[in-house]
Amino acid sequence: MNPFSYERAADAAAAIGLAKGNTAARYLGGGTNLVDLMRETVERPEMLVDVTGLSHKIEPRSDGGLLIGAAATNTALAADAHVRTQYPLLSRAILAGASAQIRNMATVGGNILQRTRCRYFYDTAAACNKREPGAGCDARDGFNRYHAILGASPACVATHPSDMCVALAALDATVHLDGPDGPRSMALADLHRLPGDRPDIETELKPGELIAAVELPPLPFARRSTYRKVRDRASYAFALVSVAAALDLAEDGTVRDVRLALGGVAHKPWRASAAEAALKGRPADPESFRAAAEAELAAAAGLRDNTFKIELAKRTIVAVLGDLTGDEA
Amino acid sequence: MGNALMNFTINGQSVEVEADIRSSLLDLLRNSLGFTGTKKGCDQGACGACTVLVDGERINSCLALAVQYQGRSITTVEGLGSDGALHPLQQAFVEHDGFQCGYCTPGQLCSAVGMAREIERNIPSVVTADLSAGSVAIDETELRERMSGNLCRCGAYNGIVEAISETLGKMQEGARA
Repeated sequence: MNPFSYERAADAAAAIGLAKGNTAARYLGGGTNLVDLMRETVERPEMLVDVTGLSHKIEPRSDGGLLIGAAATNTALAADAHVRTQYPLLSRAILAGASAQIRNMATVGGNILQRTRCRYFYDTAAACNKREPGAGCDARDGFNRYHAILGASPACVATHPSDMCVALAALDATVHLDGPDGPRSMALADLHRLPGDRPDIETELKPGELIAAVELPPLPFARRSTYRKVRDRASYAFALVSVAAALDLAEDGTVRDVRLALGGVAHKPWRASAAEAALKGRPADPESFRAAAEAELAAAAGLRDNTFKIELAKRTIVAVLGDLTGDEA
Repeated sequence: MGNALMNFTINGQSVEVEADIRSSLLDLLRNSLGFTGTKKGCDQGACGACTVLVDGERINSCLALAVQYQGRSITTVEGLGSDGALHPLQQAFVEHDGFQCGYCTPGQLCSAVGMAREIERNIPSVVTADLSAGSVAIDETELRERMSGNLCRCGAYNGIVEAISETLGKMQEGARA
């Protein structure tokens, strides 16, 4: 591990001041990903600014939404009474990720900004455009069972590993940022980038910016929502495919509104807008669900080891929507 | 950079130690302070052998920078029982063959104690059917899911599950105390 200095920030302004102008500074949350990457020398910060002292409050808003401090732990957010009843897909997504020990450490901000678990990114002896722009990509023709089927580029086929972010994308969450040029906000769905020819630039954050809070707008029909994660073992494994969904049914059995997002399939949490558009106004039945899944995955492309994920994603979408309509099929 | 003087409460005792600020909590406990009960398995958060309690919550000490945990109260396996008096969970591990080689055991023990507190606080798991319920009904599925961050390469899982199941009520009383 590279030598570094350590500073603890009492609030966002202090953190931004400490890191200002220092391109080798990194913000440290629970450390569950950053410390691991530092040990592998993939990350080599010269200064760590501990931001676990930022707000960890989880506060209902007057409009029925929720404001979540970036330093809230994953456990605290999943266990929050408001989240459990109003946004159950978010509780379930968080609880599907990592282990209890890691969820106790990991912060909301850190979860959002965690990096891919592509093994070629971690292996400093392998070629990786994300770690070293222009070096090439050993994953493209390597072991790529866990890699992207949507939105990938010749330069990078890595996936974003977060479960929580898939639920946040489905919920139209906003991230409140703060930085040297002041605060601003953007949709969580716009924060992460597709890889294109610069997979090393993973988010729209400017130098020195941090996530101060995440806001969920009210979404009454999210009471009927869930998250399903398909993985190689029953617990404590990253997703092959995951689906976050919320469903609003009209009295006549048609889909009044729907939210759908996919995990494990792309460089960012994947909001399934094509599937949502295909579902609205349609009967809530397996045929409509399958047609929507086909629409979303029409642009999918498989690699040597992960082509099965295209069909898996379609079937998981159909199954999750079936669960939400009370259909056990 | 370099070294820093750090303060912790470890198993109820105040400790001051000078260590490299790059030290993980795991390495600090084992190498600087001699609490070798806590084990290093994978050193990347995958196996749970390094699990300790911080202010009663279980964490992986291998992924924790010690400098970040200054001033906190840390409990290692050495702090669970006392000389001549095993913690009830330790006794149950012996009675139910909850181990073979024993390397994962300190992490399993600390993890289970932390889990009991989480159940007491009504923290759900991914297999909890009703998220709105006021308490969690613990069955074997819940227990195995909640302990999935602790691997046992000897495969002593059946004994581990029996030992924890038998002791859970007592541990929850302890968490309430």
